[in-house]
Amino acid sequence: MTNAQPAATTPTEPMVGLAGVHKWYESFHVLKDINLAVAKGERIVICGPSGSGKSTMIRCINRLEAHQQGRIVVDGVELTDDLKNIERIRCEVGMVFQHFNLFPHLTVLENCVLAPIWVRKTPRKEAEESAMKYLERVRIPDQAKKYPGQLSGGQQQRVAIARSLCMRPKVMLFDEPTSALDPEMIKEVLDVMVGLADTGMTMLCVTHEMGFAKTVANRVIFMDKGQIVEENEPEAFFNHPQHQRTKLFLSQILNH
Amino acid sequence: MASAAPVTPDLPPPAATTGAIGWLRRNLFDSPLNSALTLLAIYLLYLLVPPFARWAFIDADWSGSRTQDCSRVGACWVFIHAHLNQFFYGFYPAAQQWRVNAALGLLVALMAPLFVKRFPGKPWLALAIIVGYPVIAFFLLLGGRFGLPYVETSNWGGLSLTLVIAVVGMVAALPLGILLALGRRATHMPVLKALCVVFIEIVRGVPLITVLFMSSVMLPFFLPEGLNFDKLLRALIGVVLFASAYMAEVVRGGLQGVPKGQYEAAAALGLGFWKSTLLVTLPQALKIVIPGIVNTFIGLFKDTSLVLIIGLFDLLGTIQAANSDANWLGYSTEGYVFAACVYWVFCFSMSRYSQRLEKRLQTGHKH
Repeated sequence: MTNAQPAATTPTEPMVGLAGVHKWYESFHVLKDINLAVAKGERIVICGPSGSGKSTMIRCINRLEAHQQGRIVVDGVELTDDLKNIERIRCEVGMVFQHFNLFPHLTVLENCVLAPIWVRKTPRKEAEESAMKYLERVRIPDQAKKYPGQLSGGQQQRVAIARSLCMRPKVMLFDEPTSALDPEMIKEVLDVMVGLADTGMTMLCVTHEMGFAKTVANRVIFMDKGQIVEENEPEAFFNHPQHQRTKLFLSQILNH
Repeated sequence: MASAAPVTPDLPPPAATTGAIGWLRRNLFDSPLNSALTLLAIYLLYLLVPPFARWAFIDADWSGSRTQDCSRVGACWVFIHAHLNQFFYGFYPAAQQWRVNAALGLLVALMAPLFVKRFPGKPWLALAIIVGYPVIAFFLLLGGRFGLPYVETSNWGGLSLTLVIAVVGMVAALPLGILLALGRRATHMPVLKALCVVFIEIVRGVPLITVLFMSSVMLPFFLPEGLNFDKLLRALIGVVLFASAYMAEVVRGGLQGVPKGQYEAAAALGLGFWKSTLLVTLPQALKIVIPGIVNTFIGLFKDTSLVLIIGLFDLLGTIQAANSDANWLGYSTEGYVFAACVYWVFCFSMSRYSQRLEKRLQTGHKH
């Protein structure tokens, strides 16, 4: 693997590629032989019961978790123990967390410009202008001077999305972005995510919002016990699931 | 036109629960036990406060310059007045004492803007105080350069010495403690981690007096013949090492209290270890442990009085020396009360400042 070469992705090379990935927590086998290729601009929704390894899988893509076997290639660069490599990939991969994880000691605007200024070396003025643009896109430019603690959950999650976008990532990872939200705030966050999908962003979303999956995803992946059990286009996935496990899961999640 | 749903108007609370009488009834006399405790407390105050006030204020002698000016009925504050210079400057030569005043004045002047709410350059000013001020104060107090006569550290003393030790201790112990705390958390660097753990546990596990003795009496044995460094410097090293071990554990507690998601969010944005620590996690950790940091500072401030053991005359040292002044025998109570007041004023100010800081850094985040 020539990991010195930057970012040029040929059409045949996926934006994110996992090949034979295994991961263990101590002796617990969390991920078992994961193979997945995500093309540029593709939008993947990953679902599955809790403990199925779906969060762990996307956390491996920006190395918040290390895998022990197999290869993960992001934007043409393989993830290894090399710290410089990891940090370079993290610049290209944005992540949105279940609990927002905004920096509570910084204002919304400061949250957004921190990484562009200190990692990308963008001049402050330029970073702030660009941050305001993204805050407008998630529809909260008027909250820029407030602290995260003064915002609602839905607003915080939209700020978190803007903060990630400020790094101009090539891939966005969403780790259950609406699971910690009150029901009436889920829609405002999903709307922003749909808007993001329309711009052609490569997205991997762990979510149980099946409506979102139906409208946005190119592919839906179902995971169970650390394995990818089934993957298909949303239409086929929801109407004709192949595996017994998938059918059971869908019946539980859609009929509650 | 649709009629609005009936809304219950806001009513004032019942009269018996408000005002001074309401407060008294609710807080001091709301049960037989509470009433009894209130009366007992009032009786104890009656026993203690009037005699002390009589001794310290009413019967006290304030003016004069000799022991004959004191009636010996109440406190003899003349004793303090006569030794004030010594209590403040120790044996610092009288003609050079302006240098102590200048150093102290500079510190106050530099720190004043920190109390102004909307002063823009606070971080830089704080950095200047931490990095620049000690250098200036060092040359100002020690002299021997820039035309200032050299004043040996053995002549330093009194409150000014206490402040020198305390300020150096605080300014050096915080960053050192932060580094030790980070080292102790470096699980992927076992050797560094082990070194930090061993240092913290050893230094924290022995009394400060032992550390001071070691640095002042035993250290010279291990140094090559002829190399002998300053007694004050040795005391400072002892105090700094001691305080930094405590500080390390306080800061580590704060770093532990920062949610894991903060470390992950910083990492996910591509911030490396140092940037993530300095910009994201450490500011939050320090905010959490402001009470602990100030607690350590207050402990350090009072612990400086232990340098008396190795022959340095700090505030308490000069007071004890004055107690054995042949012209002024029998006034040690006044001396110790004065010392207690001075220590209390400094420690209480630190405590108030920390509460202000906590309140101002509160950004409304609950978790």
